[in-house]
Amino acid sequence: MRIKEHPILGKPPEKRTIEFTCDGKIITGLEGEPIAMALEAAGILIHRYTKKHHQPRGVFCAIGRCTDCVMVVNGQPNVRTCITPLEAGMKVQTQYGVSAKDR
Amino acid sequence: MKRYDLIIIGAGPAGLSAAIEAAKRGIKVIVFDENAKPGGQLFKQIHKFFGSKEHKAKIRGFKIGEELLQEANHYGVEVVLKAIVAGLYLDKEITVQIGDEILHYKGDAIIVATGASENMVPFAGWTLPGVIGAGAAQTMMNLHSIKPGNRVLMLGSGNVGLVVSFQLMQAGCEVVALVDAAPRVGGYGVHASKVARCGVPFYLSHTIIKAEGEEFVTGVTLGEVDSSWQIIPGTEKHLAVDTICLAVGLSPMSQLLSMAGCQMQDTPGGFLPVCAESGETSIPGIFAAGDVSGIEEASSAMIEGRIAGLAAAEYLGFITGEELEGLSRELEKALQCLREGMFAPENKGRTIAKTDEGIEVSHTLLKKGYVDQSEILRFPGVRKASGIHPVIECTQNIPCNPCQDVCLKKCIKIGEKMTALPAIDPERECSGCGLCVASCPGQAIFLVNEEYEPGLASITIPYEFIPLPVAGDKGKALDRKGEEVCLAEVTTVRTAQAFDQTNLLTIQVPADAAMKVRFFRSLEAEPWVK
Repeated sequence: MRIKEHPILGKPPEKRTIEFTCDGKIITGLEGEPIAMALEAAGILIHRYTKKHHQPRGVFCAIGRCTDCVMVVNGQPNVRTCITPLEAGMKVQTQYGVSAKDR
Repeated sequence: MKRYDLIIIGAGPAGLSAAIEAAKRGIKVIVFDENAKPGGQLFKQIHKFFGSKEHKAKIRGFKIGEELLQEANHYGVEVVLKAIVAGLYLDKEITVQIGDEILHYKGDAIIVATGASENMVPFAGWTLPGVIGAGAAQTMMNLHSIKPGNRVLMLGSGNVGLVVSFQLMQAGCEVVALVDAAPRVGGYGVHASKVARCGVPFYLSHTIIKAEGEEFVTGVTLGEVDSSWQIIPGTEKHLAVDTICLAVGLSPMSQLLSMAGCQMQDTPGGFLPVCAESGETSIPGIFAAGDVSGIEEASSAMIEGRIAGLAAAEYLGFITGEELEGLSRELEKALQCLREGMFAPENKGRTIAKTDEGIEVSHTLLKKGYVDQSEILRFPGVRKASGIHPVIECTQNIPCNPCQDVCLKKCIKIGEKMTALPAIDPERECSGCGLCVASCPGQAIFLVNEEYEPGLASITIPYEFIPLPVAGDKGKALDRKGEEVCLAEVTTVRTAQAFDQTNLLTIQVPADAAMKVRFFRSLEAEPWVK
């Protein structure tokens, strides 16, 4: 859910719309925004499942501190999506434990 | 290993302020920050700050952040971003992780301004996606233009919980409830009142029993707690929410100071370094400034930073002890002002029955977030008068005085002591300019004219939502608790540069509602209103 206009901040600065994939699905986001924000705007809340108990986790602190939002990005696990800028063509995957699910 | 006169850790309000004062005195200074942008949390603060002119009162936090960055650039402060200081060792040596490298620096003096991190509270389901920190909500809304949710529950009634609740509504979210296990609202009454008048119910002495949902939050179960914090059986309530926001306090990030061997103390406010007034720790040449030395507002952090910067300059021999004393005197006075009043550090946890003026405090304000109709008239800012006049619903002693400053007609009196309640001078005539309404960081000032037209009163309220109503719009006039009193029509909408995004909405209502109505909701004003 994007804020189109804000009573104090006005309209958000214009950014280029780009495509990336999340678990193989093509999604659009804004270039340079944190990956987690593009996912949030697309309604994707679950970033990973814990290794032992398979519990869902999502954005919690949004400033790179808690590591709850880590995902597999371009094949690399444990990427903090709340502080990693989105780039066109990024391959983002839900993280299960410390790796992506075999597909 | 690189050497600097002064190394500052953290480029938030305290660290940048310290760097500016040091750089001004010709010190070779470097600032490290782990984030991608400087400014700490200032750029997420979209509300107007409290205090007086010298504390940059009535300016919004992000604008103060812009001013601070400009000043830092002007004095050539070197800030290294995405640089995590991982260790602070003997002889003021630090290790910094930049990218995949660990680098080694040494300072002749060090200022630690690492700030604080949010506290958390565990309950069943607290790890579900949809449970977020209040800081995360601010980051999403105010930096990235993303709504954290549609229906939000806020846990925590301190200033962070109150301010972020208001910001959530400004971003177009519905705040379903404000919950706190404490029996009283923790933050400023004026912050609570601006949330309450939008119709947000306050649940004090309540806590979260459980976040509901399998994969993400779909609801919440609340329960009332007794005086020993135990859930009272049978008080469980369910609310449908998609987001739970936690604002349950902050803890100083003092690990580096502890690691360096500074003398530390365990206090109710966190694990803190023992500091002198200048911010100097038990190790000569290592200073602490801002939230890391005790949680306060950003306004205090900026002053502490400046004092620490000067003290470091004196330690390094760039200014004399006499110069330091002269330069810090005004700063220390300004800092002391912010630490006075009902919310002063020494009053933490205490119940205050009366204001400094001897007026009994509002109990509904502490319990429900708004001053009840039966209590409001006893405060000196609330007076009936003929013609247009300000009504100041500021009922707690807090360090803030922009209303007195901006009133060109000198109708509003606070006096020398900033924490005094604003009073109306009945001898002076209000021009109705509205500057006080727009300047009050607590949005607690209204212009009322009981004799606007026969049988009709006009009320001017501060309004920071979109869409902005236009003259002629009809809607509901709400009272202090957000309940409908009557119908109202907008007569004028004033917007001006001096108002800084706080619009002044004047509505007309039946004369007998003049002292009841404090908010307006046009039918399209907030998207969740059906």
